[in-house]
Amino acid sequence: MRIGVLAVQGGFAVHLTHLGSIGAAGIEVRAPADLRGLDGLILPGGESTTISKGIESAGLAEGIREHHAERRPILGTCAGMIVADRDHLGLIDITTRRNAFGRQLASFEDEIALPGITDSPVRAVFIRAPWVEQLGDSVEVLAELRGHPVAVRQENVTALSFHPELVGDDRIHAWFAGRCVRSRA
Amino acid sequence: MAEEATFRVKTGLAEMLKGGVIMDVVDADQARIAEEAGACAVMALERVPADIRADGGVARMSNPKVIREIQATVSIPVMAKARIGHFAEAQVLQSLNVDYIDESEVLTPADEFNHIDKFEFDAPFVCGATNLGEALRRIGEGAAMIRSKGEAGTGNIVEAVRHMREITSGIRKLTTLTSTELPTAAKNLAAPLDLVRDVAGRGWLPVPVFCAGGIATPADAALMMQLGAEGNFVGSGIFKSDDPDRRARAIVEATTHFSDPERVAEASEQLGEAMPGIEMSALGDDGRLAGRGW
Repeated sequence: MRIGVLAVQGGFAVHLTHLGSIGAAGIEVRAPADLRGLDGLILPGGESTTISKGIESAGLAEGIREHHAERRPILGTCAGMIVADRDHLGLIDITTRRNAFGRQLASFEDEIALPGITDSPVRAVFIRAPWVEQLGDSVEVLAELRGHPVAVRQENVTALSFHPELVGDDRIHAWFAGRCVRSRA
Repeated sequence: MAEEATFRVKTGLAEMLKGGVIMDVVDADQARIAEEAGACAVMALERVPADIRADGGVARMSNPKVIREIQATVSIPVMAKARIGHFAEAQVLQSLNVDYIDESEVLTPADEFNHIDKFEFDAPFVCGATNLGEALRRIGEGAAMIRSKGEAGTGNIVEAVRHMREITSGIRKLTTLTSTELPTAAKNLAAPLDLVRDVAGRGWLPVPVFCAGGIATPADAALMMQLGAEGNFVGSGIFKSDDPDRRARAIVEATTHFSDPERVAEASEQLGEAMPGIEMSALGDDGRLAGRGW
């Protein structure tokens, strides 16, 4: 099981730690060659403008789209949700509003129920978080907060407004790894 | 139940800045250049450190008007500096909704004995440290991010290297001690015992550690990342160079691809002159900023 974590900027290291603790091999993705042979790909949080520029300067967009075209699983968290949207890599049929909840002083953590992913709610950390503004018909909303979608899925792509990796809870990573196994089978 | 300003929320933003470059800017135009070049955040200040050194006088928090203009111009996080111990400046910065407050030795200290009680604030703080004990004292006061205290405005990386090595080797030493030995280590570090135990257990600080002070070239940025920095602050090095836009991009590139010398070489080509540097021996003891704070 090889799961790549985009490592151009942001909170990639802590995703790798979670992957390690569930026994998956986490691969730092900085160059196109790192994308070869991955069972899944995580687009982590960070600054979406910085990450977008990093994807461009490292020439990673094409490889990520190929990964997506083969319907291999992708998980975007926070900035990763933005990077995956219609206006960026176009991996999922949504538009997002950046910093939708406000600046850092409005950042927060809360319980979020994710039916189909975890049995009981997860503690979710929202850091200058986005929400989903518009979504296509084939996008499923997994969770809403304050009237806006904060967890969505379309086929192989799952996007979360928040950071499941900032709490000591491996359940979302374990669920994602399970999807990666199935997609390989 | 939703909770704001928890320690996890405060360190969470610093986690998201990792692998990135935070650039000093003095106005909205510079902030725009920084964001376009790929900065993950900007630090709003009145004068860059090289000018503070050259001009002398008391250096204070930025004018709130400039901070607001910068916030209105860029969508990336905006940080700002308060003087060491000047909690009223920090209150003002918090009221301006800045994303991180830097209690900084680059400004003239307001209190020679006490740092700000950072637990009193909802805004997260980053503080400078020259060694592990100092880093843990700042975390003990509520800092959610640590940076080295390299000599700002000199374009000389030597002090930041010293601080990063002091911090990382200090951590490594702690991990070799038994639980019986940790209280004495805490005494020698002049650091809170609970934090010493925490660091000994996890082998790293409980908050992200960035480099600050003296970065002038892409290779400087790559050096600091390889020495354990989780991201870089760059001050005078960008806007005191010949071509700030290109240099900013190059330093961002080198921070991401720090372990790939070919990428760092590529980023370093076609750059104009770096900022002129200053030898530490030319500063004298009074000229050193790292001695501010304890």
